[in-house]
Amino acid sequence: MNIITKLLTAIRGGAREIGEAVVDTQSLRIFEQEIHDSKENLVEAKEGLTEIVAKKMAAERKLKSLQSQITENEGYAVQALEKSDEALALEVAAKIAKLDDKAETLAEDVASYEKNFSVLKSQIQEAEKIIAEHERELAMVKTRESVQQATKSVTQTISANESSIGSARDSLERIKQKQENEQDKLDAGIQLRKDMDGDDLDKKLKESGIKHEKHSAEAVLARLKKK
Amino acid sequence: MSLLQKLSKQLSEYQYKGHQFSCLPMTGEQEVLRVEVSELKEMPIFVTVTDTQIICIAYLFNKDEIYTAKEPELNQYMLELNVPIPLSSFAIVDDYYVIFGALSCGSTLESLSDELVTLASNSIDSLQALEEFIK
Repeated sequence: MNIITKLLTAIRGGAREIGEAVVDTQSLRIFEQEIHDSKENLVEAKEGLTEIVAKKMAAERKLKSLQSQITENEGYAVQALEKSDEALALEVAAKIAKLDDKAETLAEDVASYEKNFSVLKSQIQEAEKIIAEHERELAMVKTRESVQQATKSVTQTISANESSIGSARDSLERIKQKQENEQDKLDAGIQLRKDMDGDDLDKKLKESGIKHEKHSAEAVLARLKKK
Repeated sequence: MSLLQKLSKQLSEYQYKGHQFSCLPMTGEQEVLRVEVSELKEMPIFVTVTDTQIICIAYLFNKDEIYTAKEPELNQYMLELNVPIPLSSFAIVDDYYVIFGALSCGSTLESLSDELVTLASNSIDSLQALEEFIK
């Protein structure tokens, strides 16, 4: 059964402590330990891989040097034959045969390292996949638990202190109140702007003499003269 | 210092797109940080850290607070809204309808702030949008 199916089964069953319902605490700990062990094995496997690569490189280097020695000695043998020194040629040939032997063994080693390398590499990839999968499963179970516990903490604070999750109606009321306040502020701003614009117009009218000052000196004098 | 304590300290000194964060650590079995986003204080966000994620939750309403007859319709709408709503998703935790977002533990302060501001705005908008379902 995959982990999501297990979670769903637990939820259907009305399980509160989902982690416990899916896997008991003991198995959860074993599971975590398994992941931990797999990771350590993986580190070792990777070290093994590095070692094999190093060995393969060393063998290849040796093989190359052997091959150049063989070529060199073949040259000597040909020269000895040209000088008709059969004995010397035979001695060189014997050396070449030995070198050939060594080269063959080394070539086999290189091939075996290559095979080991690819086997180990596919094993590592497989292990990495399994660990990632286990970690995903574990994360799901643990997350579900953490969130439930967090919710418990949050709801407990409500009863202990002032409300942490208040009622939805209260929240809606507060939101509406805030939005109204904001609208009021906005309206007040618009009104203020209008008033100021109005003042401007007044000023312009007075400057052009169309509108007169209500309390100008001239007006006061005129009024006094009437008395 | 736990990751949550570190985040609390950083958030308190941070500003994001004109918003500030006031953080209140809560005690309990699970470490939880209550975050109020300035201008969006009506819906506090509760932040929890697990091994792999930072989970931010806003509690919308309890199942008791909605009209039982309208529950299937509400669930349907919430599922349909889930994808278009940016960064946040709806869920149910115990008896609470929640809206939440989850981030990797390696997220930057900016990503977390973006998450918190977006989540607070989404939760206010959602609550208003779903008002007809609330008793």
